[in-house]
Amino acid sequence: MTATTDDTQAAPLPGKGNAFIRYAYRSYGQELTILCAILIMFVSVGLYSPRFLSFDNLNSIFAGNAYIAVAAIGMSMLIITGQIDVSVGALIGVLATISGTLAVSGYPVWLAWLMPVVIGMAINAVVGILVAYGRIPSIIATLGMLSVLKGGLVSVTGGAWISNLPPDFLLAQRVMLGVPFPILAMIVLTVFASVWLKYSALGRSLYAIGGNREAALAAGIRIQRRIVMVFTIHGAFAGLATILFATQLQVIQSTVPPNLELTIITAAVIGGVSVLGGTGTVIGSTLAAILFATIGSALIFTNVSAYWLRAVIGLLILITVLADMMRRRKVWG
Amino acid sequence: MASFAHIRSLTRHETILAMVVVFALVALSAQSDRFFTVANLLNQGRLMTEVGLVAVAMTFVIASGGIDLSVGSIMGLTAILIGVFWHNFGISLPVAAALAVGVGTLGGFVNGLIIARCGVPPLIATLGTLALYRGLAEGISQARSVGGYPDWFYLLGQGQINGLPTQLLVLFIFAITATIILSCTVWGRTVYAVGSNEIAARFSGLSVERSKLAIYTASGFAAAIAGVIFVSRVSTTRSDMGTGLELDAITAVVLGGTSIFGGKGTIVGTILGLILIQSLKNGLSLAGVRGDGTIVVIGAVLIVTILLSNIFSRDGFPEH
Repeated sequence: MTATTDDTQAAPLPGKGNAFIRYAYRSYGQELTILCAILIMFVSVGLYSPRFLSFDNLNSIFAGNAYIAVAAIGMSMLIITGQIDVSVGALIGVLATISGTLAVSGYPVWLAWLMPVVIGMAINAVVGILVAYGRIPSIIATLGMLSVLKGGLVSVTGGAWISNLPPDFLLAQRVMLGVPFPILAMIVLTVFASVWLKYSALGRSLYAIGGNREAALAAGIRIQRRIVMVFTIHGAFAGLATILFATQLQVIQSTVPPNLELTIITAAVIGGVSVLGGTGTVIGSTLAAILFATIGSALIFTNVSAYWLRAVIGLLILITVLADMMRRRKVWG
Repeated sequence: MASFAHIRSLTRHETILAMVVVFALVALSAQSDRFFTVANLLNQGRLMTEVGLVAVAMTFVIASGGIDLSVGSIMGLTAILIGVFWHNFGISLPVAAALAVGVGTLGGFVNGLIIARCGVPPLIATLGTLALYRGLAEGISQARSVGGYPDWFYLLGQGQINGLPTQLLVLFIFAITATIILSCTVWGRTVYAVGSNEIAARFSGLSVERSKLAIYTASGFAAAIAGVIFVSRVSTTRSDMGTGLELDAITAVVLGGTSIFGGKGTIVGTILGLILIQSLKNGLSLAGVRGDGTIVVIGAVLIVTILLSNIFSRDGFPEH
């Protein structure tokens, strides 16, 4: 498991300087960098336009984008294992439509919340089986799944709006313990997933598979089962993200949210999940999702056309990935 | 050296595919009398060209063990730039189109640099540029479309030469050139060598880096040409042109027998895969299935094809 972030960097370094800061930087460099970037964004845009720091805007940045952070947790686990899923945006669209339809049709609200998670797990378990046992590369399996889900959704619903959602259903609008529910969910899920990834044998095995497949196999890890498992977990997080996404407004549009998969993958990659697999944390991906939402909001407050947003995402992906490659070259010579 | 057995197994895949295509054509023409008419088939050829150009170049990319997801975005960027150069900057249309193709090719070259020089996995590199190029197209155009091109410009996308759609001729020339390069030149054989074992190719003294750079540049060039043809065919430019085109192209290539793990694949196969997809699309829409329904079929066909080829492949697939 040489490739995991904390293992390679736990060794004490020669030279002067505060050992704690060095340790923090080497272990959580990417996370700290993103945190700094977020703070700089808030300060500079806040000075330019104080309304940026108003409660309403902060709430819309954090609560409105919590679903991206939650979906990015599952995506991070997938990429850590060396897989990818380009169909997650379409999946969330499908699950949101199912959830909204159930809620409107008079089924109990808990069922409308539960079904996205169950169906998300089921669909992604199938994808996982195709990848692990059918030996289809995950990019191809999920590219195919993307068009099946997207085409299926639009041909069944015609992109209609689902309105008249029952008020009980709107979970994302609730406030719990003084905190808006989506923010609470985002924090709890991130902490939970982060601890699981770092301290459980199953979580560690994901890093092992992504870091060195042959070594993981030799260590007795059942790779195929773990791949099905990680796809299923990713499906569960996509389901949870769907609940936050579907319950934040009074209506749901039954189409695939544009570019959602790209945003989610970007959050995972920028958060420090290496594209070669084997490293990364979900704290980083959550911070990256927040950074991303901050940039989107900042564009509006600085009067830059929102049409540039996608170019900014693309540039961010490339810069992060290139920086990651440079860093690896330094580490490994 | 490729053994004869290897060549035979390649031809077998293409023969099977050709039979499937013939079967599909017969079945579809039995479904609707409007399908197997000269006018309809030529029109389908017209519609197939843009994906076809991209798929021919994508065959090189996938045979070399890579993937290029940014082609649809390069197409959109090229389309937008034609409009911007011509309409906003007042550059004459041929020069504007040439410049736009130049930028599209540059886009491919940048992909190649990121992949070959910096060693970024093609999937992530082109996912990033997919966002970047589409974002540039959206940002530059501010989602406004440009239309009203002079009549002669439509010759490429709507005109015909000796009764054949102009762009079908372009695709034909492109495919022949690609076939010759891929099968008869050192450069083409290098693509297979890189795809089947990159390290061995490097130790054999082949310039892997330069080969990859050329492949992705060619892919960008093909996408840019497809963009010009697209604008000429639909008479307008929009920033969302070519969205999802990469899926069609990859499906055609993979259906055509090119191994997604690299090292194997032919242009003939890709063209057959292309014809199969286009006739499925057309046949289904004539049978009353809506456009979105056909996307489902294409996605399912993609998954099932690779699954079957993995199940039936005897030469023990490498674990990815």
